[in-house]
Amino acid sequence: MSIELRNITKRFGDVVAVDQVSFTVADGGLFGLLGPSGGGKTTVLRMIAGLEMPTDGDLFIRGKRVNDLTVQERNIGFVFQGYALFKTMSVFDNIGFGLKIKKWLQADIRNRVEELMKLFGLSGLEKRFPHQLSGGQRQRVAIARSLAPKPTVLLLDEPFGAVDAKIRQELREWLVRLHDELNVTTVFVTHDQEEAMEVCSRIVIFSRGRLEQMGTPQMIYEQPQNEFVARFIGVMNVLELKVHGGVARSHELTFPAHGTSEGKILRVGFRPYAVEISGNPGEFRYRAEIKHIYFLGVNLRVELETPRGLVIRARISKEEFSRQNVGEGDQVSFQIRNYRVLAREGETLQPETATVYSSPDFDAGI
Amino acid sequence: MAGSSKRRWTAAARKSERGTEESPLVKWTLIGIALAFCAVFLFLPLTNVFYQALNRGWSHYWGALSSPDSIAAIRLTFLVALITVPLNVVFGVTAAWAITKFEFKGKTLLTTLIDLPFSVSPVVAGLVFIVLFGLQGYLGTWLDDRDIQIIFAVPGIVIATVFVTLPFVARELIPLMQAQGSDQEQAALTLGANGWQTFWHVTLPNIKWALLFGIILCNSRAMGEFGAVSVVSGHITGRTDTLPLRVEKLYNEYQGTAAFAVASLLALLALLTLVLKTFLELKQEREREAAQEAPAERQHFPAPDA
Repeated sequence: MSIELRNITKRFGDVVAVDQVSFTVADGGLFGLLGPSGGGKTTVLRMIAGLEMPTDGDLFIRGKRVNDLTVQERNIGFVFQGYALFKTMSVFDNIGFGLKIKKWLQADIRNRVEELMKLFGLSGLEKRFPHQLSGGQRQRVAIARSLAPKPTVLLLDEPFGAVDAKIRQELREWLVRLHDELNVTTVFVTHDQEEAMEVCSRIVIFSRGRLEQMGTPQMIYEQPQNEFVARFIGVMNVLELKVHGGVARSHELTFPAHGTSEGKILRVGFRPYAVEISGNPGEFRYRAEIKHIYFLGVNLRVELETPRGLVIRARISKEEFSRQNVGEGDQVSFQIRNYRVLAREGETLQPETATVYSSPDFDAGI
Repeated sequence: MAGSSKRRWTAAARKSERGTEESPLVKWTLIGIALAFCAVFLFLPLTNVFYQALNRGWSHYWGALSSPDSIAAIRLTFLVALITVPLNVVFGVTAAWAITKFEFKGKTLLTTLIDLPFSVSPVVAGLVFIVLFGLQGYLGTWLDDRDIQIIFAVPGIVIATVFVTLPFVARELIPLMQAQGSDQEQAALTLGANGWQTFWHVTLPNIKWALLFGIILCNSRAMGEFGAVSVVSGHITGRTDTLPLRVEKLYNEYQGTAAFAVASLLALLALLTLVLKTFLELKQEREREAAQEAPAERQHFPAPDA
């Protein structure tokens, strides 16, 4: 195990920023710490680096307890959100800084920096200063700088936050390739669930200082442990239904609620993918009008409104959409293929329930 | 370079095309008033200093400057500046570092205290030290018993000057260091640098122009300070007279030309300071702009001359 956190807690005054968090990062893994801002993920990253000290708990890097080690002694590479390049130093001096501090020989520094610059596609920019670089180049310099002293782990704080959307995509792919090549244990922080899904081999989800769930992207998407995770990863329709005679009801929609006592509220969630639409108003159980259609590329997001005013978000493929031959304002029918009874936040969720049938190609992704 | 030409485009060119520009009459009246003020209250007196100094020829000018008492005053002034400025650099950097990088109780108080010398009249500052170190003062007898003289001697002049010039370096550094944050320092730490290496390789290069700027202002005030020094110096000719005190004394003794000759040295110092200050301001501004010319993705927004 490369990194291990055991019951790590961090308090800033009265505020508990990180609450009893435990997880392990396997050697060579690409790990994502995901959560809304203020969730404590950056604090966790900074504690691993040694930039913050945990109030409580134990932290291990490569089996060694590092709680009492200073940031300099931990041999980590850290990439800051704004990159924090040394603006009075050239690209070469930036990347070579850690080596100079560690008293490498001049020739060795040159070799190492040149090797990294080649690997990162920065050759020829040695003499440039940070302000003469593009956002993407800056980020690569920042990562090269942190990797130069050969750290045991690489930590990145919102690495794609400061670049525009197109470059973001390139950088994500590049980071995955780089990780495959160098095989350095990498942990990065992001608030973008799509980014985490795409890049990470494993994701840890935080909210309000607590670890909500850890697992592979697929696991987290398909088996969210609680409502927070279910709603944070991907879009979800959430309904509050009143139970009456074993049936939970909201507007036109009904769900079986055996075993739930009369008058109680039942919370139900379903993904937009689980909503099946037909242009034939008689085909499925519920009727609705198409309020809006949003084109998202391969998929379309369709906003439905039932006659009693319930708004439901659905997502269908372009092919399916043209097959149904419907447009905004049309009357359609729909059904919900799978749904989930939601527990309260922090509680374990029950597995998904299929209503009519479970589509085998449902696992296609987000 | 791409950066500099871009700046010329954005700043200068755009301004004159603004629709909100005042009429030429208003514009030139305002400029005229400002220039007239400068001429009457700044340029004229300054020229007059040199005119009066050289009124009776170069040899007289030179004679006034090379009199032993004037030379003693020049030496004392340089000595005071030589002690005061380094002290201020140490204090200024320390205080700025403490205020911008740490959280502690009394931070606001410290920030306010740094500005105190600006709001206290220099005469009061001088008197404070008389009360403290003078023969009738709290520490006076104790010091006198040990034969340590502070008031009416060089140490007193240095202490009073340090007090008066205290804010200069710190005030230049604090806003800059606040704006820069501590990300670069933290990055240096993660790369293995210790505190001193971080300061030397990262912080100092980042603040060097502001620091130099503060040093120049501090130096010019240290050499030119009159009020506080006048109170503590005792005006002993040839021993505790600094340049400003010497000017006053010569003038009071009806040696007008000599007074202006010495004054011209201070005026020259002021002009030199002004030139250096302008140069440093330009340098700082360039750096700041370079830093802000930040995430422009050159691929998408090429510079006009590229």
